[in-house]
Amino acid sequence: MTVGRVIGAAVLAALVLQPLIPLGGYRQYVLHVTIQVFIWSFIGSAWSLMGRFGLVSLGHGAFLGVGAYTSVLLWNFFGVSPWLGALAGVAAAVLIAVVIGIPCFRFQVVGHYFGLVTLAVGEVIRLLIIAERDWTAGSLGLTLKTTGGDSLWALQYANKQVFYYASLVVFLAGLWIWHRLDRSMLRSALEAIGEDETAAASVGIRVTRLKLGVTVLSAALTALGGSLYAQYIAYVNPETLSGIGVSLKIVFAVVLGGMYSLLGPVVGTALTTALAEGLRIAFGLKFLGMADTIYGFLLVVFIIFLPSGIYGSIREALRRRASPPAPASAVPAKTTA
Amino acid sequence: MDPIFLLEAAINGILLGGVLALLALGLNLIFGVLDVVWIAYVDLVMLCMYAVYFVVTVWGWPFWVGALAALALGALLGVSVHVLIISPILTSAPINQLLATGGLLFFLQSFATFLWTTDHRSVRLTLPSWEIAGIFLPATRLIPFAISILAVIGLYLFLTRTYIGTAIRAVSQDREAMALMGADPRRVYLVTSAVGGLMAGLAGTLLIFQYAVHPFFGGQFGPLTFMICVLGGLGNMVGAFVASFIMSEVIAVGGVVFSTEMGYVIAFVIFIVMMFVRPGGILAKRS
Amino acid sequence: MLEIQNVTAGYGHFTALWDVSLRVDAGEAVAVVGPNGAGKTTLLRVISGLIPTRSGTFGVEGTSLTGLAAHQIVAHGIAHVPEGRRLFPALTVADNLKMGAFLPAARAHHAESLERVYSLFPVLAERRTQRAGSMSGGEQQMLAIGRALMSRPKLILLDEPSMGLAPVMVLRLFDLIRRVRAEGYTILVVEQNVRQVLKLVDRAYLLEVGRIRMEGRAAELAEQDFVRKAYMGV
Repeated sequence: MTVGRVIGAAVLAALVLQPLIPLGGYRQYVLHVTIQVFIWSFIGSAWSLMGRFGLVSLGHGAFLGVGAYTSVLLWNFFGVSPWLGALAGVAAAVLIAVVIGIPCFRFQVVGHYFGLVTLAVGEVIRLLIIAERDWTAGSLGLTLKTTGGDSLWALQYANKQVFYYASLVVFLAGLWIWHRLDRSMLRSALEAIGEDETAAASVGIRVTRLKLGVTVLSAALTALGGSLYAQYIAYVNPETLSGIGVSLKIVFAVVLGGMYSLLGPVVGTALTTALAEGLRIAFGLKFLGMADTIYGFLLVVFIIFLPSGIYGSIREALRRRASPPAPASAVPAKTTA
Repeated sequence: MDPIFLLEAAINGILLGGVLALLALGLNLIFGVLDVVWIAYVDLVMLCMYAVYFVVTVWGWPFWVGALAALALGALLGVSVHVLIISPILTSAPINQLLATGGLLFFLQSFATFLWTTDHRSVRLTLPSWEIAGIFLPATRLIPFAISILAVIGLYLFLTRTYIGTAIRAVSQDREAMALMGADPRRVYLVTSAVGGLMAGLAGTLLIFQYAVHPFFGGQFGPLTFMICVLGGLGNMVGAFVASFIMSEVIAVGGVVFSTEMGYVIAFVIFIVMMFVRPGGILAKRS
Repeated sequence: MLEIQNVTAGYGHFTALWDVSLRVDAGEAVAVVGPNGAGKTTLLRVISGLIPTRSGTFGVEGTSLTGLAAHQIVAHGIAHVPEGRRLFPALTVADNLKMGAFLPAARAHHAESLERVYSLFPVLAERRTQRAGSMSGGEQQMLAIGRALMSRPKLILLDEPSMGLAPVMVLRLFDLIRRVRAEGYTILVVEQNVRQVLKLVDRAYLLEVGRIRMEGRAAELAEQDFVRKAYMGV
């Protein structure tokens, strides 16, 4: 039993038992915050599956929105259980990923161009949601139809504890997927592609196929996260679940925590959530926009001084103590989980 | 649909295209030279629009004073962003650059919200409007168009006739060689950023003729500006100019035939498709 | 005019020049020859300021240039024609030459300098609106040299001017360099084509693995047995 495992087990136990700690009036609030952290970390982790290999998407809001709106619309209009609705959402997101991904990767749309194509896709989804206001309610957003009570079929519960455990499970599943990918041969292949596509192709790596694969996986997981979030909040809105705003927020949180490490996304998400909540508590709605202002400011500062993110930088520092330093490079060194 | 509406939409598209061209060229100038995408560019425009609003509507100065203020602010912002944010990360991975300017975007939009709330602010200009054969041509659209075309010509002359303008073109082709000519590349970058910022200021002045400003104005025009630049070929000034009008036409006509949002959707979809067909931009040679 | 004293320089962990000293007097033409990887290009890049020195100093006419940036060194009268020409490919011949005269002092005499360059290299005058990237190797080399002349330098650094040129072109090029030299410019040329360059210059240095192995009058060096065998294929 290594120290890491002991700590990991202790943290896991704490997370599982957390809802049982009596916190009086704060119980619901703490659950609310932690649920958000789990869901958004999961989404961030999904994004980083692409991001860490150089496939920087600025349009993950598309998958998020498609996942969320698909399950909500299917429930509201057709009474389809969100369990199935989420799957439909995943399928739709996968379809988009494939339709955009195949030409992108076939024609080697990379770097800036790829980022901007994804940005366009995210915006297209947002605008479509607004344009089709007849059934999506446009910018006003859509509220989930309630069943009036707790229901597993409808995945609606008054008690946040259920959502807490659900999102915890999803979050851990996301970590597991990240970890498996990290330890697999695919990771080396994808890193090779990230460094030099032509060279990778010349040694037999199926570049298009692998890039498409990781994009599809990322899209599917993000859509799932979107559906779960929609179920929990019971309300969807094109500004919060699609478009450039939320896409950038996902990216920021991951970069803040560290894009190349397993726990980077959750650290980043936890920090940004804490910041937002802290400011909201301290200033209320009086300082509307202050949270994001500080957020944006910190992001800029971090990119300039700590490109590996908080978590990544700490790991690097610990690593450097263990072994002698390598020559400095402009690109942040990649660390593994 | 009455063909007059379509014609009017087509003309409006051209008029809008002029200002979009100004935005796209400013952004392209910076990208072509520095190889950094300023995601927050249109947010600088937003700030300049607020400048005009405050100078003219709140403090009551004449419009030309507001315009000068916007130009000055634009150039100042351009230089500041370069010195504070871009310079330190010039050699970083592109994603870092993307994220730094993205953080700036967040910062500017949120700070504007904090300072001025999300209320839309506009500058009331009483200007004449003409009607020709059933088509309305308001001065609020014609004047910005005319000025933006003049500005584009001015930029062209600046880049081709002056030493510093030619240096700006040269430094993007070979930075080291430029240093061997006796020109400090960093100074050239600074001038480029100032000019880019100046154009943002001018664009802001022209946009306030027709649009109200609010903190999320960048969300409206930002993605569009990037797409125009990429469509025309990043760094390609002529391409950006042409692409501006293509996109503005699609948006204007599509907006009238379908709905405003669908107009944008179609434009963006065209962009996505073009990326597959001609990744280098519409004027790129097939490789 | 140019004095280099005990300069050590390199890239990252790699040292390319060890304790190199040389000098070029006003009006002279001096060559630095040696095998591939000897550090010849590095030497010129140090002089023009593209690479910093690790130790040692260098200066021109008594003024120290150590530690100055490239764009500052040009102002002291040193023009570097880099390896591979490094023209601005999308700019026209005229614009490339214009950039050569970027320095304020050079700008004032732009028309005059342009006249001079066009008379030395008539083909450039013919093609003044042609994109530099579309010209032949020989024409590009002439443009590169012409561009350097536009800054009204005292010393011209030529890095491998014959590289990539057909033999006939090489002879013409060296003739042109002779004419430039005859106009009064001081020249420091780095070359792999030892035979041709020793015919052109007064003195030469032999640089091997980052150190000066030999120096002397060009004619003497050409006589040296092992120089003839190793570099001139005799």
